[in-house]
Amino acid sequence: MTAPKTLYDKIWDAHVAHEAEDGTCLLYIDRHLVHEVTSPQAFEGLRMAGRSVHAPEKTIAVPDHNVPTTPDRVNGITNEESRIQVEALDQNAKDFGINYYPVNDIRQGIVHIVGPEQGWTLPGMTVVCGDSHTATHGAFGSLAHGIGTSEVEHVLATQTLIQKKSKNMKVEITGKLRPGVTAKDITLSVIGATGTAGGTGYVIEYCGEAIRDLSMEGRMTVCNMAIEGGARAGLIAPDEKTFEYIKGRPHAPKGAELEAALAWWKTLYSDADAHWDKVITLKAEDIAPVVTWGTSPEDVLPITGKVPAPEDFEGGKVEAVRRSLDYMGLKPGTPLNEIAIDTVFIGSCTNGRIEDLRAAAEILKGKKIKDGIRAMVVPGSGLVRAQAEEEGLADIFIEAGFEWRLAGCSMCLAMNPDQLSPGERCAATSNRNFEGRQGRGGRTHLLSPAMAAAAAVTGHLTDVRELM
Amino acid sequence: MEKFEKLTGVAAPLPLINVDTDMIIPKQFLKTIKRSGLGVNLFDEMRYDDNGNEKPDFVLNKPAYREAEILVAGDNFGCGSSREHAPWAIKDFGIKAIISTSFADIFFNNCFKNGILPIVLPKAQVDVLMKDAEKGANARITVDLEAQTVTSSDGEVFQFEVDPFRKHCLLNGLDDIGLTLEKAPAIQAFETRMTAERPWV
Repeated sequence: MTAPKTLYDKIWDAHVAHEAEDGTCLLYIDRHLVHEVTSPQAFEGLRMAGRSVHAPEKTIAVPDHNVPTTPDRVNGITNEESRIQVEALDQNAKDFGINYYPVNDIRQGIVHIVGPEQGWTLPGMTVVCGDSHTATHGAFGSLAHGIGTSEVEHVLATQTLIQKKSKNMKVEITGKLRPGVTAKDITLSVIGATGTAGGTGYVIEYCGEAIRDLSMEGRMTVCNMAIEGGARAGLIAPDEKTFEYIKGRPHAPKGAELEAALAWWKTLYSDADAHWDKVITLKAEDIAPVVTWGTSPEDVLPITGKVPAPEDFEGGKVEAVRRSLDYMGLKPGTPLNEIAIDTVFIGSCTNGRIEDLRAAAEILKGKKIKDGIRAMVVPGSGLVRAQAEEEGLADIFIEAGFEWRLAGCSMCLAMNPDQLSPGERCAATSNRNFEGRQGRGGRTHLLSPAMAAAAAVTGHLTDVRELM
Repeated sequence: MEKFEKLTGVAAPLPLINVDTDMIIPKQFLKTIKRSGLGVNLFDEMRYDDNGNEKPDFVLNKPAYREAEILVAGDNFGCGSSREHAPWAIKDFGIKAIISTSFADIFFNNCFKNGILPIVLPKAQVDVLMKDAEKGANARITVDLEAQTVTSSDGEVFQFEVDPFRKHCLLNGLDDIGLTLEKAPAIQAFETRMTAERPWV
């Protein structure tokens, strides 16, 4: 009889290719996702050392951070530095023979949306990418995390990573969510409860009825932001929903291989008496639609709340809050639902999937956005965009006054033409409200797609439940 | 990779908590396809005004800290994006060691790959070193990786922990990939076993 294990323990144990005496392991990597920003120096390193890509068939590349999302991008990228970076990826994909979805392929999109969509991401796998939001793939019960460029080069050359095991943390969300409350509100509320460093050194497994009830899209939203809580990765045990999502996708196993895979996938759960180093429990019914007010994802409150004062905090956070309220141009005591916004951004690897667009369109149906508001929807992939057009969602957005864009990271990180101006205030479905994240001096309020749609209609942060 | 053995230098104080990698190196500088030249844009938005002029009150713009080789930072330094441009910019500026109570996981890893030593010390000790750093250019801190000590300008010695494998690599300037490729037979054996057990991967 073996000792009880967590899901993380099981995936870890299944991927240790070598273990040194001091516990340093070579962890085998099943899927390596690559984008244009964090990979050029890694490919250059390979070339200089005369090395090849160890497993090109397990390596998947797509440009997303730099690509413009306006229709004229078919004529090429005008920003020279962006164009050079994307062309470098085109060339590297070709030279090293890796799987590639170029800018004008309908399957192009944000790397963390394309991977699952194409069936590359499967339960029990190890998945890495030179991008912190790789945690997204944990929704499938795969161990997925971000790495730096040196590690990208290491994985390209060896298909392994030098790793030491993290600790196990369980985040349980019990009971059922109330109407108007979504996966985004869960994940932001967890960060609010633990802080941005609360997960440092841990791999989180999210569980409980409210997590089971989420769709795969919702689960990806939850895991996506595990990194904002400091965790190396976020995981959700695979179940029937996971298997149904996977079946039939281009790179998912089929026939006898699928049967064999399913038999293993069904063993991927934490044993009842497994050891947890830390446990956090939230009641789903206590979670409200939330927004962020500051410049850290932990600066989160229910929309019914008020902007806090620096004195409400302790230690280094007092000064940090003073700085962030100054940056955000907010006064303590202001009701959050009175904060007027200039811009609405719906998209990103956090909330750029079909379900997110459906949730926003549901609020917008038959309504117009407030005069003077700039609003854009950026589907997470070309295929999400096509599906949304087929379902009539695109028409709802366009009639409401939203811009309907092509797929990419867009305004989540402003490495492309989609940016905020200094002082411009944005309701964003993305994942980071850091200073300057969406453009120098830009002010970001993170929220769910439905809440973003509500803000677009009223022109200020709004409790979506009032529009339902 | 450049070796890290022992360093005595000026330490710059940056007590702000949760300094994220977007602050360390903003997105517009990630469009490079090189690793070098990012030092001038380190902490760009805190360091320069909208016209590109230096903000005199930012720590690294003060005469005492322009040559800083050590950074004493607030809690949870380096959170956010995985961009290795953050340690590249820090290294390019000339900073070789960072002292804090805690670091974000990916940033912490990335430092070791670039010859930068991130040092975790308890709050009380970081507070002492922060005060020391605030004294300016005459207060020089010593970091000794072999001995695993930080010595304040007053001669107070603090011991720190470091992973033995990472210490070995840093002391000797070893290339991870070269080390891993020495274990190629183990990787190959794993792949052979997996092709049989999990052929769908």
